[in-house]
Amino acid sequence: MSARGLILAGVDGDRTWRLQDYIGRGGYSALKKIIAEKIPAETIIAELKASSLRGRGGAGFPTGLKWSFMPRSFPGAKYLACNSDEGEPGTFKDRDILRYNPHSVIEGMTIAAYAMGCERGYNYIHGEIFEIYERFEEALAEAREAGLLGQKILGSDFSFELFAHHGYGAYICGEETALLESIEGKKGQPRFKPPFPASYGLYGKPTTINNTETFASVPFIVNMGGENFLNLGKPNNGGTKLFSISGHVNRPGNYEIGMGTPFAELLEMAGGMRGGRKLKAVIPGGSSSPVLPATVMMDCTMDYDSIAKAGSMLGSGAVIVMDETTCMVKALERLSYFYFEESCGQCTPCREGTGWLYRVVHRIENGLGRRDDLDLLNSVTGNIMGRTICALGDAASMPVQSFIKHFGSEFEYHIENKKCLVPPEVQHQGSQIYVSP
Amino acid sequence: MLSQESLQQIDREIAKYPPDQKQSAVMSALRIAQIEMGWLAKETIEFVAGYLDMPAIAAYEVASFYNMYDLQPVGRHKITVCTNLPCALSGGVHAADYVKQKLGIDFNETTPDGKFTLKEGECMGACGDAPVLLVNNHHMCSWMTTEKIDQLLADLENK
Ligand SMILES: Cc1cc2nc3c(=O)[nH]c(=O)nc-3n(C[C@H](O)[C@H](O)[C@H](O)COP(=O)(O)O)c2cc1C
Ligand code: SF4
Ligand code: FES
Repeated sequence: MSARGLILAGVDGDRTWRLQDYIGRGGYSALKKIIAEKIPAETIIAELKASSLRGRGGAGFPTGLKWSFMPRSFPGAKYLACNSDEGEPGTFKDRDILRYNPHSVIEGMTIAAYAMGCERGYNYIHGEIFEIYERFEEALAEAREAGLLGQKILGSDFSFELFAHHGYGAYICGEETALLESIEGKKGQPRFKPPFPASYGLYGKPTTINNTETFASVPFIVNMGGENFLNLGKPNNGGTKLFSISGHVNRPGNYEIGMGTPFAELLEMAGGMRGGRKLKAVIPGGSSSPVLPATVMMDCTMDYDSIAKAGSMLGSGAVIVMDETTCMVKALERLSYFYFEESCGQCTPCREGTGWLYRVVHRIENGLGRRDDLDLLNSVTGNIMGRTICALGDAASMPVQSFIKHFGSEFEYHIENKKCLVPPEVQHQGSQIYVSP
Repeated sequence: MLSQESLQQIDREIAKYPPDQKQSAVMSALRIAQIEMGWLAKETIEFVAGYLDMPAIAAYEVASFYNMYDLQPVGRHKITVCTNLPCALSGGVHAADYVKQKLGIDFNETTPDGKFTLKEGECMGACGDAPVLLVNNHHMCSWMTTEKIDQLLADLENK
């Protein structure tokens, strides 16, 4: 079962996303059980804690604990937000969850609203996947029509209104407080924390934000019980998880597997290395997570603890695979450009620092690097990290530090020889347009 | 300024939010306005702000913060190609170069006949489908080989 996953188990591409298909797969049985048996909120949260489900959006915070922070008895409005603003380079799992199984997210959010006493929720969907936003609105209409969402759900006293909100091209809105600002109709600039959203969130009211995959896991946990979910993974790393594999493999795509599966197995599922070429490096958890050299990665299992021990982060589960044809300076240059472009500009260390990082990596890549540029890069990252409002500053710095740490000689070669260690034709050949058969 | 149909769509968006939070609909309202007008002129943004009872400057800030809003006129078809690293490893840059060559323009340029504008995009959350491009913000095209790019441009040419 673990190899076939939970959230994507039994889905058949674009053909089976509708309500009746989801119900056919056992969907909404968790919500129905909760309402019929009037299961107390504390019991649901206890199951989540037992499941060891950790947030799938990147930080890996235990979901049950997060839900227990919500002041359930707070009078007045409380909100729920789903983070489907997936834009971390390499990550493309929430898109598949939303297009193939949108009702799992709706059911998960509805159970969350029940457990935390939220009256209203929003699913914030990345602007670039607008067609999926439209599908989600259709799924919401189906759920409302069937009495599974809205006022007096399934004839009970419990009501929950859920709506879709779209982004329009700003990576930073994936940061949870920027996301709230954006729902409020403002620029997506992160807020200072504290106060945390559980006390001061959307419209100043207590709010819980979770990732799409986190919510989608909830109905399965309620159905199978926390402990069974935990056992699909390994201790402290419960359940199954979607891994998005991109880059130089034969079959890029999403693979939903038990936590703790060896990386080597995942790589094999993705068809192995393209053209039989040699693995050089892997970014294991989205572009913000530190890069790992092939030998280190081949010894890892895919879970929070193993990847952390190896010096990186499981993050969002986006695995970017690079083979021997990759120029590490060029790879870093593109990522650094991204963070520079996407910094919201609120904090000086991030706004100025990301510009410095990009310009220096760019000049090294273009044969204009200076002898002390690597020290300069390290000192700029040192000045960014820990000095910003949100984690984008760190996200921009960690790739730079890790690329230099593990592939420093390639950077030095560039600076000395004003050209790349990997000949341009080889790079060119390695990153041709590739579509898996 | 906007058609009855656009205004009705905006009203449906407003209804998603608490009655005292109309401003929350600004992102949708600007999107709807942009679809009708082709791009967001200052007057259009001011109109949207007025419709939502929010200061024009606040709506302008939103329009300029999110990069899918066009504050300058664009061609009839805007094509945005993702060149971020995961896509680049599977040909994202080659696909962009191919589109540039076919259209004879660079990023941020429009063909002289006003039919196409080309943009460089950041990760669209679809890296498994690389090369990926967006047509007019809302239509995503996956696995764009040179043949599929030829086909797409030929189709759009006549639209
Ligand atoms: C710059 C930045 C971008 C982020 N992007 C996303 C995102 O696209 N999706 C997401 O779920 N979380 C993202 N996060 C993490 C969120 O702030 C938040 O931790 C998460 O949505 C919480 O949900 P979870 O506990 O279920 O993981 C981002 C954080 C930062 C700092
Ligand atoms: S760290 Fe960067 S992105 Fe985050 S709030 Fe500061 S300037 Fe904005
Ligand atoms: S890098 Fe192109 S869609 Fe993610």
